[in-house]
Amino acid sequence: MTSLAHPVALESLDEVDLAAVPLRALNRALHALGPGSNHRHVRVLNPRGAHALAAGLDAEVTVEVHGNAGYYCAGMNSKATVIVHGSAGVGVAENMMSGFVHVTGDASQSAGATAHGGILRIDGNASARCGISMKGVDIVVKGSVGPMSAFMAQAGTLLVFGDAGEALGDSLYEARLYVRGGVASLGADCVEKPMEDRHLAEIHEKLAAAGLAGEVDVTSFRRYGSARALYHFHVDNASAY
Amino acid sequence: MTDHSRPPRTLPRFSATFDPHTLSEIRRAAATGIYDIRGGGAKRKVPHFDDLLFLGASISRYPLEGYRERCGTDVVLGGRFASKPVTLKIPVTIAGMSFGSLSAEAKEALGRGATLAGTSTTTGDGGMTAEERGHSSILVYQYLPSRYGMNPDDLRRADAIEVVVGQGAKPGGGGMLLGQKISPRVAAMRTLPEGIDQRSACRHPDWTGPDDLAIKIAELREITDWEKPIYVKVGASRPYYDTALAVKSGADVVVLDGMQGGTAATQDVFIEHVGIPILAAIRPAVKALQDLGMHRTVQLVVSGGIRSGADMAKALAMGADAVSIGTAALVALGDNDPRYEAEYQALGTTAGAYDDWHEGNDPAGITTQNPELARRLDPVAGGRRLANFLSVMTLECQTIARAAGKSHVHNLEPEDLVALTVEAAAMAGVPLAGTSWIPGQGGT
Repeated sequence: MTSLAHPVALESLDEVDLAAVPLRALNRALHALGPGSNHRHVRVLNPRGAHALAAGLDAEVTVEVHGNAGYYCAGMNSKATVIVHGSAGVGVAENMMSGFVHVTGDASQSAGATAHGGILRIDGNASARCGISMKGVDIVVKGSVGPMSAFMAQAGTLLVFGDAGEALGDSLYEARLYVRGGVASLGADCVEKPMEDRHLAEIHEKLAAAGLAGEVDVTSFRRYGSARALYHFHVDNASAY
Repeated sequence: MTDHSRPPRTLPRFSATFDPHTLSEIRRAAATGIYDIRGGGAKRKVPHFDDLLFLGASISRYPLEGYRERCGTDVVLGGRFASKPVTLKIPVTIAGMSFGSLSAEAKEALGRGATLAGTSTTTGDGGMTAEERGHSSILVYQYLPSRYGMNPDDLRRADAIEVVVGQGAKPGGGGMLLGQKISPRVAAMRTLPEGIDQRSACRHPDWTGPDDLAIKIAELREITDWEKPIYVKVGASRPYYDTALAVKSGADVVVLDGMQGGTAATQDVFIEHVGIPILAAIRPAVKALQDLGMHRTVQLVVSGGIRSGADMAKALAMGADAVSIGTAALVALGDNDPRYEAEYQALGTTAGAYDDWHEGNDPAGITTQNPELARRLDPVAGGRRLANFLSVMTLECQTIARAAGKSHVHNLEPEDLVALTVEAAAMAGVPLAGTSWIPGQGGT
């Protein structure tokens, strides 16, 4: 790891080629965008799997990444729209507060981990622990999600068009999970719950917000949530801890 | 008159193995079916700083004049990568303790005391409160597995970031906050339902192992534009390797917490049986830094049972750059104060032994979310007491350092120390008093 004492100044923020510009210079320039900035759209070329790409943004700007991103792309995002035309590594949009993050390919583990708000849309598959400890984000995965997804998920919604791996929603709190395909197994304290009209309306609303209105039949989802049986320590639940 | 009709009887004898406390725990477990949960750190006797002595000056060593010749205490943390390292006037900080486990008033008092003393305080597993930030001139923001309340605005407001891998009371365990303390404000800050028994994760949700940790630290640096020092906190278990891996992962500072370090709530079996004493952890951690050529470049902060300037001086002499206090700071605020003895008795305990911090009924108003109890702690007066205590610790440490002829407390060194027991000599890597024998290192 090296410390870059004098970051490179960018000539333009309209298009940034990471083959020529250090990541740190790009992130610094993006962090410097204020409410009055004229920059509303930034194209990033040759990301080559860079980590922490467009992390810590706090402005209403759209960043389009043309290629694959590494770990923690759009980490802790606020307000910004980040579109990855490719796949994203571990922890895409981790701890996002608001905004919109869209991955056109697949996402690795822990997509949307601990995110408090905003929308994370993944057009491909998401690996293990998708939505782990999520705290209010809405995550839509058009493919399938891996095992331990929504582990200890606290709030928000996870919508999965495909299948969910083992132990979905283990030790779940109040997050709401909707899956169209099969679920390999449910984790501790996660149960299937009846689908009511308000839930169908919620699915419709979330899909529309993610730009996926009409993409699938909302009645084809099944709903999962917390049984709330582990909310208090009790000797009868000892085998579940 | 002696009654010769009855033969003499031996006194009743308790088993050393099945002592009264053990018997009471067996009965409690049999009645409830669930393990004992409590606050605080290890209560068992373990080799500690009391088992070390300073040699002071003699014919071959010159002391410094007490109160006249300068003995520096300042320390800079985070100069390895951070563009804005933290400078402390004294090498003792306030350890991470959460709002939730502590009242808002107690957090404010810690901030006030630390600020008066010229040092830092630390958030905990519940996010950063406005009171804490407002009253802390130097605030370290913990980055924990739960990420409760974690947000980039607070990250940028912090003076340093502490990635918490573990703590001494429970290396390998996550946090715990029982329903009595999940008040509406605490619940909102943690995005949890009110009144539930909350379990924090023990593993970070988006990284596993040192290679990932390096990428995580780089992300935190990117988000904060490489300004903030980044600490990595580990519970003392495998200190040589954990320190080496933290350095490899890009830490500016390693925080090492021994088994005597407190917790808000954890299983007693975890506190007493997992992890090692801080005395046994410091030298391996320093060795790791020295082997990597990073001693004094990456700072080492140690904690877990630090109670006085003597403890501080001994930790520094063994190679630490600073120490951190938690339990001692709470006691300075008023925790376990005998003036509340009647109330401790009503809770089935006594002042000095009260450790049911998780129940939220603290008579001293510190480990509680009950507003009536919390009001008992005046944050201004509590902060003053903490500042006084930090001042005494520092004066004590300087007294010892001057006696050893040191113009800065960081000039204390292992050569200044001897051990009273074979165990302490082996763990601290200093000779048994009166000999040149360091167990495990040869000599006579």
